[in-house]
Amino acid sequence: MSATVERPRSGTRPRSVWQGPERPVWEEPPTKAGLGAKGLILALCCLAVLGPLWVVIVTSLSPRHVIDSVGGLVVWPEGFTLVNYTELLSGGQVSRAMLVSLGVTTVGTLFSMAVSVLAAYGLSRPGSFAHRALLMGLMTTMFFSAGLIPTYLLVQTLGLTDSYLALILPSAVSVFNILVLRGFFMGISPELTDSARIDGAGELRILWTIIVPLSRAVIAVISLFYAVAYWSAWFNAMIYIDDPAKLPLQNVLMQLVQKNTALPTGLSQRVNAGELSALGLQMAMMVLALVPVALASPFVQRHFKKGMLTGAVKG
Amino acid sequence: MALQAERPPRTASEKAVPGRARSTRKKARPAGGVTWRLRLRRDRGLILMTLPAIGLLLLFNYLPLLGNVVAFQDYNPYVSTNGVTAILHSPMVGLEQFQRMIEDSDFWNALRNTLLLFVIQLLLFFPIPIALALLINSVVRPRVRALSQAIMYLPHFFSWVLVVTVFQQMFGGAGLIAQILQDHGVDGFDLMTNSGIFKYLLTAQMVWKDAGWGVIVFLAALASVSPELYEAAAMDGANRWRRMWHVTLPALRPVIALLLVLRVGDALTVGFEQILLQRKAVGVGASEVLDTYVWSTGIQNGDFSYAAAVGLVKGVVGVCLVLLANKFAHLLGEQGVYKK
Repeated sequence: MSATVERPRSGTRPRSVWQGPERPVWEEPPTKAGLGAKGLILALCCLAVLGPLWVVIVTSLSPRHVIDSVGGLVVWPEGFTLVNYTELLSGGQVSRAMLVSLGVTTVGTLFSMAVSVLAAYGLSRPGSFAHRALLMGLMTTMFFSAGLIPTYLLVQTLGLTDSYLALILPSAVSVFNILVLRGFFMGISPELTDSARIDGAGELRILWTIIVPLSRAVIAVISLFYAVAYWSAWFNAMIYIDDPAKLPLQNVLMQLVQKNTALPTGLSQRVNAGELSALGLQMAMMVLALVPVALASPFVQRHFKKGMLTGAVKG
Repeated sequence: MALQAERPPRTASEKAVPGRARSTRKKARPAGGVTWRLRLRRDRGLILMTLPAIGLLLLFNYLPLLGNVVAFQDYNPYVSTNGVTAILHSPMVGLEQFQRMIEDSDFWNALRNTLLLFVIQLLLFFPIPIALALLINSVVRPRVRALSQAIMYLPHFFSWVLVVTVFQQMFGGAGLIAQILQDHGVDGFDLMTNSGIFKYLLTAQMVWKDAGWGVIVFLAALASVSPELYEAAAMDGANRWRRMWHVTLPALRPVIALLLVLRVGDALTVGFEQILLQRKAVGVGASEVLDTYVWSTGIQNGDFSYAAAVGLVKGVVGVCLVLLANKFAHLLGEQGVYKK
């Protein structure tokens, strides 16, 4: 049942990595039907995720004549071309949007992480001055939201409309993320920080030289959460940004969802001239929106389980 | 001070900063002489560190709460140069907006859609991560586990825009399935504009996006179950199903209770972004929920006061739901979101 129990190896032949630990004596041997059913369900789940992605990626890499001959999405790749990507990324609206998204994501994540790590460390010592009050002030925000309309009026009044700050500041702090970080920091043994304090180190220095290096894993996970939130956000841009040149990638993609024919200006003429395939371009746009996320998550996912649970609410 | 004789001697560092010691007492009483002034001086750095986050929350979470006053006004953004001073110049109308809300059939339609969608998602979405966690937990081979989990996490990180686009390319009028059916002479397949099944479509999108992600919490809870329990159960003659029923599921109970409380507390918040992207295609009748209604009346049509009133009612009911759900969890003997 559990993969962590050390058992004496019977030692006749080495077990491959694909096999689990040896079955304990009391456990019934698995039935063929049971194994088959489990494998089938898991395979179907994975197919449900990977299938659509496969079709999208293959279509985005197919030349126009292949897409036209199939009459739509391509399931089996024939031919290979990067033309859809080069067209999208050679200037124009999509490359601008991509840059905006990357910029907002990078700046936003750094800013959010700085604020969150500082706050998490500041709150990681029960018994410090005003500790409970500050913590409650943070946590109450998890149970209510001010509402869309007042927030909208506030952002307008602050003069943030049509500014990238409107995409960063209102959602910069996630209390849940701060609590996860705080839970992890509290688990670091106080002897370490105490000894540094006796040696005369200030709080910032302790945080930077002791705490942060020890919590690389959780910091990576929370950075990913923030980055994904910034990368995927489109609602704030929709209501606060009027200038099309400042729209992030998700919003350009959104126009494609709502009007099935929308293409960045300039490209649609070339589609009509028969040089490019509209569908291929649309699929390439989707892949561009998907790639950063798909690249980042496998690196950090080993730590998800640890990160998610340390954030359990401890008042 | 007299206590010190009974306590084991403390280390020097603990003496210097009381309250940081991990004592077994409920509350660390500051030992004689550490006044609040001293504590303030000692913890100055820590408090300064929390200020940026507190400041942002004050500005964007607490301050707008006051802005809900527009729900009791006939708010006109044009009487002044900016949104906030306009509030000061707009006339108060008392509960007129709420009166309008009660007489507004669109509001009731949005409320009905919200509650229906909440129930459907509770029945069709909530159990799936639990079932998947049980399945993955029973897989012994580490590689298979890691691989299937990695694949199932992936959609959680996609934006709603991307998820809806993927569904459109699969089930839409120009999507893959419509394409295949067309080759076999069946025309007019389009799930994305069918208002009758729209709520189930939304739930399916949620499952595709977040079911794999929801598994994590349950798996973490299962990892802490001691193998001795399974062994003891097996000794007593419990077969694998009985072991699941009597050992595995009880281990998940607190987590399930916590997530249920959170979900019920959020009952009026269903799939805002998701629905906003598909409103036009399906029609407002089947797709409008409270959140999208606030957005369309307020930000699209500029009826700020009315939208704020709807949003305020939703918010207040939401807070009450959290408190009620938590009470209920306490009654069942679970911890819920916060302690009593």
